[in-house]
Amino acid sequence: MKLLLPIFTALAFSSVSHADWHNFRGPNGSGVDSDATNLPTELSEKTLAWKVALPGRGLGSPILVGDRVFVTAASGPDQKQLHILCFSAKDGSQIWERKFWATGRTMSHKKTNVAAPTPASDGERIYALYSSNDLICLNLDGNPVWMRGLTLDYPNASNSLGMASSPMVAGDTLVAQIENDSESFAAGFDLLSGENKWKQDRPKAANWTSPTILQIGDDKVVALQSSKGIVGVLPGTGSPVFEYTSGASTIPSSVASGDQLFIPSNGLTAISASTDGAEPKKLWNESAQRPGTASPLVIGDRVYIINNAGVLNCANRETGERLWRTRLKGPLSSSPVAGSGNLIYAFSETGIGQVVDLSGEEGTVTSEFELGETILSTPSLGQNGIYIRSDGQLWKFSGE
Amino acid sequence: MKLFAFSLLATLALSSPFAKADSIKDSLYQLQAVGPEGAGNKEASAAWTELTGHGVDMILPTLAAMDTAGPLARNWMRTAVESVFRNSADAGGELPAEKIRSFLLDRDNDPNARHLAFDLYREIDPDKAAELVPEMADDPSTPLRREAVAQMITAGQDFLKKDQKGQAVATLTNALDAARDIDQIETIAKLLRDDLEQTVDLPSHFGFLMYWDVIAPFDNTDRKGFDTAYPPEKEINLQSKFEGKEGKEIAWQPYSTSNDYGMVDFNQPYDPLKQVVGYAYTEFDSAEDRAAELRLGCKNAWKIWLNGELLFGRDEYHRGIRIDQYILPIQLKRGKNTLLVKACQNEQEQDWTVQWQFQLRICDSTGTAIHSTDRKPTPKTNAKPRRRGGVE
Repeated sequence: MKLLLPIFTALAFSSVSHADWHNFRGPNGSGVDSDATNLPTELSEKTLAWKVALPGRGLGSPILVGDRVFVTAASGPDQKQLHILCFSAKDGSQIWERKFWATGRTMSHKKTNVAAPTPASDGERIYALYSSNDLICLNLDGNPVWMRGLTLDYPNASNSLGMASSPMVAGDTLVAQIENDSESFAAGFDLLSGENKWKQDRPKAANWTSPTILQIGDDKVVALQSSKGIVGVLPGTGSPVFEYTSGASTIPSSVASGDQLFIPSNGLTAISASTDGAEPKKLWNESAQRPGTASPLVIGDRVYIINNAGVLNCANRETGERLWRTRLKGPLSSSPVAGSGNLIYAFSETGIGQVVDLSGEEGTVTSEFELGETILSTPSLGQNGIYIRSDGQLWKFSGE
Repeated sequence: MKLFAFSLLATLALSSPFAKADSIKDSLYQLQAVGPEGAGNKEASAAWTELTGHGVDMILPTLAAMDTAGPLARNWMRTAVESVFRNSADAGGELPAEKIRSFLLDRDNDPNARHLAFDLYREIDPDKAAELVPEMADDPSTPLRREAVAQMITAGQDFLKKDQKGQAVATLTNALDAARDIDQIETIAKLLRDDLEQTVDLPSHFGFLMYWDVIAPFDNTDRKGFDTAYPPEKEINLQSKFEGKEGKEIAWQPYSTSNDYGMVDFNQPYDPLKQVVGYAYTEFDSAEDRAAELRLGCKNAWKIWLNGELLFGRDEYHRGIRIDQYILPIQLKRGKNTLLVKACQNEQEQDWTVQWQFQLRICDSTGTAIHSTDRKPTPKTNAKPRRRGGVE
């Protein structure tokens, strides 16, 4: 019977649920999951389902696979203890924890942390990347599948302020941007062995943005953002299929919707990309729509941007024209997310959870809740719940 | 039926102590074999499953195997040990407490493995584990030493609260001798200096190199100086003069720092400059041939040479500096060793890009300072800049 258990577990998780949230900002890095239902309409003690203490800080979001929540952390005087934790989504009970010694540099700015990147999953395994360049793959039961120490392999690949780019699974490849001032690269890793499928030099400049996935026809294309702009690559080979060269931010990431990409570039720039090598078509640029730290959102025919002043701007997706704006309680390092309803969830650095109702002519903040802890992480959405990690705890707010 | 018979035979074979030991050994070999760029991961994953299947019998051999394992292999082993331990503890199974304790107490074992053993032992018997802590003040495992130092700091603070200054000084001085983690060292030094009016020689405690000869500025326009081999990289002659940036003649000059953290600040002798390269040279007399570590902090692009051999270089500018930012294993030779540091300043103009400096210390793998046999007293003030053989 014991032998059957792992098989059963694998089968139970092998079909990817639409309510899963597998990486930074969920499906394709969009921040939106229209299949996430029964989300809370307010954040309050009433909707707080559970909270659990974490063994260390982290900025990475929790990710959701089936009925499990996975989150990373780093602890110790020099952040040399790395953690991957698995909790029950239902009640927050800890299912397992794995600990590792960092094999790369753990120095970071005090605001950030070694556990800054959000882990990724393909529904069968967890891929956890840290600022120390430790890249660890576990199965859903916490058994190691492979481990890489990218600083052992590439000794100058680090950023003394800390790395934060989150990896992404695209097809059968894990794509990660290890970009910095010195040994800067992006790579595609084999999901089962961790070996390089491809590795390519990237601009020698610190970069904290994460890959975003465009769906162009039948092809998934990974947008790699940097200060130079965007390169769209095929995930299995790293082959470039389009390039946008007008520069881009190194903090907020782009957001994709089909073949369109909304880039924090000279404010916000919308492009339409193809896989035939043609130059992307610029749809519009709006210099006033300048994302701060938070990445933008695209919902239906609208684009949402939070600027450095904590103002949520709503713009027309087709033109970039601003439709309305409302001030949130900031500052915000966390990116906003949205589910199936007309609600946006955003969290301030001071730990204020905010719900913005989009159903009216203009957005209205309908709920505020003080969690009482620093929040620099982006929330994640699942069936019946929103998950957010603060400096010390993992929280679930439920719509049921 | 055949399958059943085969499984039975396999189970019986593995249940033999010798077969089990061989199987554990084979699995550990596979874990130790993980290599660069993902090599050996598939085999390691299978070996991990096999290893953890042996239950608590694998704990001691796995801890022992960490002694010869690389950093990645140690993590494979750690997860195996913790996974088996957790499963057995949760199931109420018997845990090899005394064997874990013996492993922990043997200071010849790998420091990380011993710290892991301590954590396991503390979970089995927290009281007995706590009794071991005071003896760990001179432990070669830095995390274990940290536990003892934390207790000493608390004891020193208690003496202070009771105004028992003599005991506070004695306790905190011992704590400083024992401390290797920077946060603890800073806490102790502050208590000794501010509350107890004691002199604390932090540069000596850390092993920072305080006396140098420096030369600058060479050109680093467009950051090209990082890859340009200027004359000091080819030969060290402190009497030589060279053509520096913009054709000006430059010469070596003595420099010393009194900074608590050994900061060698090129902006002191040369004023803040941009797009320049500076070199600092010093000599270190080692009492013996020995392994050591160079620990560097620098927010400029840098290169470093030991005895004329380039150890490492990094072209990152102004992303931060801290003690022990870069750790470079080295081999000191008995007698004179030469050290050359290249520090490059770039073109950035923001106020947080003014610094053109580094700090360097020599220590063992636990962070314990190694001193040159002719180490001079820590300077009380920074040396005034002057040209070698010139007028101050």
